[in-house]
Amino acid sequence: MTTISALFYLFSAVLLASSFGVITARSTVHAALFLVLAFFNASCLWMMLKAEFLAITLVLVYVGAVMVLFLFVVMMLDINTEELRVGFWKAFPLAALVGVLIALEMALVLMGGFRVADAPLDPQVAKLGNTRMLGIEVYTNYLYPLQVAAVLLLVAIIAAIALTLRERKDSKAFDPNLALRARKADRLRIVKMAPVIEVASLPAAPATEPGKDGAKA
Amino acid sequence: MIDISLAHYLTLGGMLFALSVVGIFLNRRNLIVLLMAIELMLLAVNMNFIAFSHYLPLAQDRMAGQVFVFFILTVAAAESAIGLAILVVLFRNRATIAADELDALKG
Repeated sequence: MTTISALFYLFSAVLLASSFGVITARSTVHAALFLVLAFFNASCLWMMLKAEFLAITLVLVYVGAVMVLFLFVVMMLDINTEELRVGFWKAFPLAALVGVLIALEMALVLMGGFRVADAPLDPQVAKLGNTRMLGIEVYTNYLYPLQVAAVLLLVAIIAAIALTLRERKDSKAFDPNLALRARKADRLRIVKMAPVIEVASLPAAPATEPGKDGAKA
Repeated sequence: MIDISLAHYLTLGGMLFALSVVGIFLNRRNLIVLLMAIELMLLAVNMNFIAFSHYLPLAQDRMAGQVFVFFILTVAAAESAIGLAILVVLFRNRATIAADELDALKG
């Protein structure tokens, strides 16, 4: 057994074992960490297939971004895992049957027809390197799909933000736009009122009454 | 021991895909692990693409497989971001992520 085939069997074994861990782990955090291990081993296998750029991208994008997102969501949500595992092994016989059937059929077909030996490395790739060749390909022949992919990512960003953004009712946030547009008339109301003048009560002076005057005259 | 051929990698991809199908059967209630199983399926598909791009006899066609993997990674990242956002909104509204309790939509 050469070193290459030994490494292939090692990485494949760890990849399959960690995938089994993903689907059977008791806690969701453990499942996410098993998935990280699976991605690392897949990245090693891609490295053996001389796809260096994509191997590094898998680690950076998946382990660095997507799995961290998964972990954040798992830890933010207060999920009762035990309740979700009720009847977990009930479907196992059927699932195992389907899975073994898929794997066996695929292995039967593939092991029969695809025994292609390792092709010699393209001299152009050997000279320029995998990353450079991939860049040339993406920016010339696949330029339009690249731009569509960029728009897709933008749509995903906007959708994720729009879905999770919420207006809190108890928020005391200050909106500068509304503050700038406020006019005096919106805030201050001047009410016209008739003046109320308090009549001073006159002291009881001994004034001559008009009736008496008339009587005198 | 024979040398590693294309069939080995394709069989590995097939086994990975079968394992994620089993995972979807087992975790039919836990939406987060369902999303993880879908990620594993995409990984199996990407494994096939890379294996074909390495073993393809025509040298000028080899890069196409890797370009496809590049785009699949983009789509998978967008899918998981939106899926998790939907999951968060769902948990906020229903306080559960059990897939069999999400039966409010009447057909």
